[in-house]
Amino acid sequence: MIEELELETLINEVYEHYGFDFGNYSKASLKRRVDRLYQMDGFSHFHEFLHRIQTDEKYYKRMIEEITVNVTEMFRDPVFYSVLRNEIIPFLAPKPFIRIWHAGCSTGEEVFSMAILLKELGLLHKSLLYATDINASVLETAKKGIFPLRMMKQYSENYLASGGTEDFSSYYSANFNIVKFNPELSEKMVFSQHNLVSDTSFNEFDLILCRNVLIYFNNDLQSRAIKLFDDSLSVLGFLALGSKETIKYTQGDSKFVQLRKEKIWRKIQ
Amino acid sequence: MRIRCELVIFGGSAGSLQVLINILPQIKLPIPFAIVIVVHRKNSYDTVLEDLIALKTLIPMEYVEDKSKLQPGVLYIAPSDYHMLFEDKNNIALDGSEKVNYSRPSIDVSFESAAFVFREQLVGILLSGANADGTFGLQMIQEKGGITIVQKPETAEVSYMPQFAVLNANPDFIFNEEEIVTFLNSNI
Repeated sequence: MIEELELETLINEVYEHYGFDFGNYSKASLKRRVDRLYQMDGFSHFHEFLHRIQTDEKYYKRMIEEITVNVTEMFRDPVFYSVLRNEIIPFLAPKPFIRIWHAGCSTGEEVFSMAILLKELGLLHKSLLYATDINASVLETAKKGIFPLRMMKQYSENYLASGGTEDFSSYYSANFNIVKFNPELSEKMVFSQHNLVSDTSFNEFDLILCRNVLIYFNNDLQSRAIKLFDDSLSVLGFLALGSKETIKYTQGDSKFVQLRKEKIWRKIQ
Repeated sequence: MRIRCELVIFGGSAGSLQVLINILPQIKLPIPFAIVIVVHRKNSYDTVLEDLIALKTLIPMEYVEDKSKLQPGVLYIAPSDYHMLFEDKNNIALDGSEKVNYSRPSIDVSFESAAFVFREQLVGILLSGANADGTFGLQMIQEKGGITIVQKPETAEVSYMPQFAVLNANPDFIFNEEEIVTFLNSNI
């Protein structure tokens, strides 16, 4: 188990060697992720662990990939998706072009969920789904649109609970223990690496989804991310966060109004 | 003897809700410490558990969100589908990483995080349940100098979880419901 001072040392060394700044990550969850890696890779002394990170760039990359959390699901929180389906997307429907950004898309399950939703509403052809993550290896998975077959029962239940009316299995073909989602779903997806901690805005969007990413940041970094989203949203655009996330502790929250109890905010100025 | 304690954290699973509903209303107000409850719950978007517990107690309760403030005298319940952590003594942080002991929230995860932040100013109480979650967390609390209490297994609706902790975590106290209430009212 890593002690608090050791965690600070690690943060400083990583910043000095590689320029990556974990300093504004939430310490509580960062500690858990570092502990997990430390144990998984069988280290018994902190200085060995630190030395490996300092001297082995490949291992540093592994650390970055393992520290970021990549837990995701299709149609996670079905109620959220039913609000998207019934209230948010119909509002965007009249636009000639719909731009959506999945910030921190992980292995892409939410992007494919969105594509299914847009397809069913007859809007996929005029939509663009930008999907970004800090972790290059999860983006490779996301691009392929290949997911484990064992997850499909849960995803299908989520899909139906969110108001889906089609046969969920019609969206993929199964082969042994994996499924591949229909290529037409990914035609409008653009995947690229993007770091919410240090990169800037790259386009203007009508809807930004960033669910369960900000929980890993402290308030300062959350404020930076909200500013970035503000810079990247059209006026009256929507920002969707995870079910227990909020912007009320961040600066810049006055530019947004929350849609009832849902974790969806609208940019009003 | 009175101990200085800033947080009392309960962990429980099957059979623990009734114990909490019995214990909480008997704690004397105002309460000088914060109370956190981590129980295994269905992955859902709703707040049925929070609403139910709020009905049964006069202790002020706050619905937990990421970076919620933690204050003495207030009751907090770990939300479904997140692990609940402590950024420091005044701030909660949530974490959506892998399930631990098939659970999110996991009791071990919250107990361990609390142990690191609150050290000897922490009381951890493990109640009825059907899996091994909580035992490792109690060990962490003990290692950092906090006090560990386990519900007397024979009084638990499901004894596996407290029994496992009694066998493996060497708790400071093994109490029934009444003894837990007395301890919280007279020793903190």
